[in-house]
Amino acid sequence: MRRSRGILTLVFWCGASIITLFPIYWLFVISAKSRADLFGRPSLLLDSVNWDNYIATLTNPVFQHYMLNSIIVATCNCLLVTTMALLATYALSRFPLVGKENIFFWTITNRMAPPAVFLLPLFLLYTQAFTIGEWKLYDTRIGLILLYCVFNLPFAIWILRGIIDAIPKELDEAAMVDGANLWQILTRVILPVARPGLAVTAILTWVFAWNEYLFAATLTSVHARTITTGLAEFVTVTGTNWGLMAATAMLTLLPALVFLGIVQRHIVAGLTFGAVKE
Amino acid sequence: MRSQRTGWLLLAPTLLILFIFGVVPFIYVLVTSFTHWNAFAADPTPRFAGVDNYRQIVFDTQFLYSVWITLRFAFFVVVSEMVLGYFLARMMMSNFPLKGFFRTIHALPLMVAPIAVGATWRLLTVPGLGPLPYLLEQWFGIDYRIGSFPTQAFLTTVVMDIWHWTPLVTLTMLAALSSLPKEPFEQAQIDGANRIQIFWHLTLPYLRPAILATVFIRMMDALRTVDEVWMLTGGGPAAATRYIGLYIWRVVFPKTDYGYGAAISLVTLYLTIVLCWLLYVSLVARKEKKRAD
Repeated sequence: MRRSRGILTLVFWCGASIITLFPIYWLFVISAKSRADLFGRPSLLLDSVNWDNYIATLTNPVFQHYMLNSIIVATCNCLLVTTMALLATYALSRFPLVGKENIFFWTITNRMAPPAVFLLPLFLLYTQAFTIGEWKLYDTRIGLILLYCVFNLPFAIWILRGIIDAIPKELDEAAMVDGANLWQILTRVILPVARPGLAVTAILTWVFAWNEYLFAATLTSVHARTITTGLAEFVTVTGTNWGLMAATAMLTLLPALVFLGIVQRHIVAGLTFGAVKE
Repeated sequence: MRSQRTGWLLLAPTLLILFIFGVVPFIYVLVTSFTHWNAFAADPTPRFAGVDNYRQIVFDTQFLYSVWITLRFAFFVVVSEMVLGYFLARMMMSNFPLKGFFRTIHALPLMVAPIAVGATWRLLTVPGLGPLPYLLEQWFGIDYRIGSFPTQAFLTTVVMDIWHWTPLVTLTMLAALSSLPKEPFEQAQIDGANRIQIFWHLTLPYLRPAILATVFIRMMDALRTVDEVWMLTGGGPAAATRYIGLYIWRVVFPKTDYGYGAAISLVTLYLTIVLCWLLYVSLVARKEKKRAD
C-alpha cells in the first residue's frame, strides 16, 4: 500500500518534470536543427545535432561584444552588491542605530516598485542630468552596474540579514577584546562564518543582473548592450531566424542552469527565512 | 567602538546608491509629471502644466484598458499559481526516490531570464514551427494562432507565467509545510477530524503568514510583467496583452511626451501601492477583527 503510493508519486513527478523541461528541450531542438529541416515534417525528436547556430552566434563579433558586456556588468554588480550589503547588514545587525528597522524596511521597498515606472525618469537622468561635459551615464556599463544595485541590494540585504543575525555576537565581542579592529572582525570573524550564505547571495545577484532586460534595453544603445537585449533584437527584425534566436536563448539561460545545481538547496533555506518568520 | 558614526559609515554606500538611483528618479518623475514637455515639439523645454497630464489620463481609454487587463492577468496568475503550487508542495512532502533531483528540476524555470522564457514560448507557439499549434489542431481541432485571437494570446501569457513562477510558490509552501508543528495535527486525528476539517482549521491558519507573503510577492511581480510578454506577443494582437509595463514602455516612451509619460508612471506606482494596501487590509485586518469578536 505504502509502496504503491510511493511509486504513484514518482510517476507524478516524472510527468511534472517533463512538462517543466519540455519548453527548454524544445528550445534546444530548434537551436540544433539546420535551416532546411526547421519547417519540414513536425517532429519532437532530433535526428542529429547540428551545432551551426551556436558556431554562428559565438563567432559573431556583435554577439561577443554583448556577451562580454553581460559578463562584466553581472560580475561587477555582484561584487559591488555583495560587499555593500555585507557592510550594511553588519551595521544593521550589530550597531545601535536610531530607526534601523525603518531603514531596513525602506531598503526592501526599493525592490517592490515596478521598474517600468522608473524607465522614463532614469532615461532622462542618464541622458541629460548625470553627465560630465560630453560624457554621459547613458549607454555605459558603469551606468547599468550602479542601477542594478537598486533591485539587487535590497534582495542581498534581505537574505544576509538572517545570516548575520544568526552569527553569535560573542564571536565578534571576543575578537574586540583581543584588540581586533572593525576591518579585522569583518574579514577574519564574520566572513569565514558567513561564507556559504554570501556565496548564495552573490550567485543569485549575479543571475538577476545577467537576466535583466528592461533597463538594459532602455538605457543603452550600442556600447553597453547586453545579451538579453541582443536576444530581444531577433523579434523586431523582420524574417526572424528562429534557429539563431534559439541558440542565443540557450546561451542566455546556460549560466542559470549551471548555478541552479549549486544553489538549489539554499534557495529553499532562504525562502524559509522570508516566508515563515511571523 | 560600536558607535553611531561607524554604523552609519558602513550603511552610507547603500543609502547613497539607493538615494541616487531610487529616490532621485522618483522626485524627478514627480516634478516632470506637472509639466508639458515633449522633446520633439516646437518648444522642447518643459513648461509648468498643473494637473493637465493627470486630467488627460482619465480620458485615455488605452491606458485604462491596459490597467484592466493587467489586473485580470494578475488575478488569474496568482490564483492558479497558489493552488497549483500548494498542491505540488503537498506532493513534495511525501517520501519518494530522487526527491532532491525532482526539486531541482522543478526550480529550474525560476532561474531562466524572463526574456529567454518569452523566446522559448514563442518558439513553442509560432504557427508552422512550434508543437503547440500543431498538437492542438491534431488532437482537439482548435485553430490556435496567438497572433490573431486575443483570448488565446491572453491565456498563453497566463500559462507561460504559471510555468515560470509556480516553482516559487511551491518552494515557499514547501518551506512553510516543513516547519509545521506535529502535535496539533496528531491530536486532531485522534479526535477524529476529517481531512477537510484539518486543512481548514489547522493547516490554513498555520500557513497564513507564508501564504500572505507569497501572494504579495507574486502579485507585485505579476503587475510589472514586461519582458516575457513583450517577447511572446509584443503586446498584441491589437492591445490584448499590452499590460501596464508594456504600455509605458512601448506607447508612452517613443512618443517622447515626457510630461504625460511621467504622470502615467506615477499613477501606475500609486495603483500598485493601493492594490497591495487593499490586499493587506482585506487579508490581515479581517483576521484581526475576527480575533477581537
